[in-house]
Amino acid sequence: MSTALQNLVNQPYQHGFVTDIEADVAPKGLSEDTIRLISAKKNEPEWLLELRLTAYRHWLTMEEPQWPNVKYPKIDFQAITYYSAPKPKKSLASMDEVDPELLRTFEKLGVPMNERAKLAGVAVDVIFDSVSVATTYKAKLAEVGIIFCSISEAVHEHPELVRKYLGSVIPAGDNYYAALNSAVFTDGSFCFIPKGVKCPMDLSTYFRINTESSGQFERTLIVAEEGASVSYLEGCTAPKFDTNQLHAAVVELVALDNADIKYSTVQNWYAGDENGLGGIYNFVTKRGLCKGVNSRISWTQVETGSAITWKYPSCILRGDNSVGEFYSVALTNHYQQADTGTKMIHLGKNTRSTIVSKGISAGHSNNSYRGLVRIAPTAAGARNYSQCDSMLIGEQCSANTFPYIQVNNPSAKVEHEASTSKIGEDQLFYFAQRGVGAEEAVSMIINGFCKDVFQQLPMEFAVEATKLLGLKLEGSVG
Amino acid sequence: MIYQDSKTLLAVRGLHATVNGIEILKGMDLTVKSGEVHAIMGPNGSGKSTFAKVLAGHPAYEVTGGEVRFEGGNLLELKPEARARAGVFLGFQYPIEIPGVANSQFLRLAYNTVQAGRGKDELDPLEFDDFVREKMKLLEMNPDFLDRSVNEGFSGGEKKRNEILQMALLEPKLAILDETDSGLDIDALRIVAGGVNQLAHKDNAVVLVTHYQRLLDYIVPDYVHVMESGRIVKTGGKELALELEARGYDWVGAEVKANARLAT
Repeated sequence: MSTALQNLVNQPYQHGFVTDIEADVAPKGLSEDTIRLISAKKNEPEWLLELRLTAYRHWLTMEEPQWPNVKYPKIDFQAITYYSAPKPKKSLASMDEVDPELLRTFEKLGVPMNERAKLAGVAVDVIFDSVSVATTYKAKLAEVGIIFCSISEAVHEHPELVRKYLGSVIPAGDNYYAALNSAVFTDGSFCFIPKGVKCPMDLSTYFRINTESSGQFERTLIVAEEGASVSYLEGCTAPKFDTNQLHAAVVELVALDNADIKYSTVQNWYAGDENGLGGIYNFVTKRGLCKGVNSRISWTQVETGSAITWKYPSCILRGDNSVGEFYSVALTNHYQQADTGTKMIHLGKNTRSTIVSKGISAGHSNNSYRGLVRIAPTAAGARNYSQCDSMLIGEQCSANTFPYIQVNNPSAKVEHEASTSKIGEDQLFYFAQRGVGAEEAVSMIINGFCKDVFQQLPMEFAVEATKLLGLKLEGSVG
Repeated sequence: MIYQDSKTLLAVRGLHATVNGIEILKGMDLTVKSGEVHAIMGPNGSGKSTFAKVLAGHPAYEVTGGEVRFEGGNLLELKPEARARAGVFLGFQYPIEIPGVANSQFLRLAYNTVQAGRGKDELDPLEFDDFVREKMKLLEMNPDFLDRSVNEGFSGGEKKRNEILQMALLEPKLAILDETDSGLDIDALRIVAGGVNQLAHKDNAVVLVTHYQRLLDYIVPDYVHVMESGRIVKTGGKELALELEARGYDWVGAEVKANARLAT
């Protein structure tokens, strides 16, 4: 690899600071007592504690999945802290009551917790370690009947809705990490868009892990009733530690008849250093259910962080004519590993799905796309189009594609395209000969490569994603 | 065209260069003054393309001896992008494909970077669009070129026209055109050569690296150099190209050897 390329891929992590804040931390380790403690701290109703304990007992019988194309030492689940909350933990009447240290933290991260902030027009739920610390624009959203709050709050304020939908898309025993999450989830966002309402602003959740050795197990639930629509954004960062932190989230989306949910993620968890020390294990289950006819769920993800990423945002297309979409950019550098993709399960008639996956590998990283397209016997006229492109930067990285296609209805139409390309010395020299340095050249090539995905992101997120990919790959060219 | 009072643009003295440890250039000398058109000819493997790439600063080649002065300054200490901004242009023998990047975007970035490097005004996308369309007429290019990915799926002739379009935009002082005639049919050759002729004037210079005399029917050189084994072994006027066309390259080598024997 040329020195120009080497320098390009050595940009330091921008969000690696630790906030010095007093936290209420549960003892390390996992047992029924830990779960009872979490439930008690959150003052939860009995049914939720039962749900947690059932999930925990089921989890104990399960094996950690071995099939992903990633390697890591066995996780010691007893060495993890399952609850960590900044003190004082009390419900906040207004933004003015938020700990100024926290406000400064999120200001530094560029997250608008102040409703007068320049990114006005995006409502934010901010999760710090295990708890939601603030939600903006709640009152304004409530005027049109939208519920946007932390899941802990929703459990108390809207128990019937939470009980109806929680676990309806991803059951407690769905997979190893989903079961773990169901047992120990601490907070997350809840969002309910009632019948016929188009959400007037983008909603967003910002996740921050602060405490070393604490895991983050958030739970997000979004429900769009008949004819409702919402665009949801998620961002995440964590400080630099030499140890690995586990992040096992669950996100469930439910779209009823004619509803539309767009879920966008820019994931920038700490990825470990250039030798692969530290970083987040990002083992996440995300799934959307297109329950009603003509409903639509669209996942867009830009995955740039984490030591290991293991996630497959999926769509179950149950309603006739429903649409599932997955647009993904996954960038790995240094010793990062990613095994990511999607599942499109076609059950209803004339269901359609689109998959566009762009994997970029640099350094010694390993980047895999894994996707399933299943057309059930009931899914007459179903259609899928998949496109999986990989780009390699340098000589030491690898890219893999594992597409699984199961078609059980003869009227279905499934297309799959794949390509692999490489940013090489010759391309950079061509740019250089036209006066353009390596940094700008790589940025232009990568943006060209990711164009189809970036187009799907909400405007300000697209700008952030472009900048983030730049930061990850650019540096001073020596 | 040779002008009496013109300045020396490029002075190459005793240039040696290697690739993968193998020496390709072995004492190259060349002087180019503004206004001049030089043709460098020679058999396969004589080092013509290496010379072009070394001048542009290709990272695969290592300069092991000699010097190159461009407008009096040391060219070899400049990075490739700085050489481009200083006015050295290489028309590639095999232009590189850049999938996903629109030609218009690429051309504007190149133009603005070079303009900024020269302390001149940059153009916004709309201004640039007008500007580039004007330049494209020179090369009889279809405007849909602008929307396609850089060189991707271009025919040989389209790629070469795209190179000369970039030359037209960047207005180099020294344009080194590496086998610009290869892969061109006769119509494309006429268009490309016509473009180069219109771009040549008394303050810039063109170095044509070519295998065949054919191109020189359209772009008439002031000097023709013959390279062999990594250096220039014979220099003449445009008639030398015709002689090479008629007699091949072998006689030049024989003549060089005979002269060497006489000298000892």
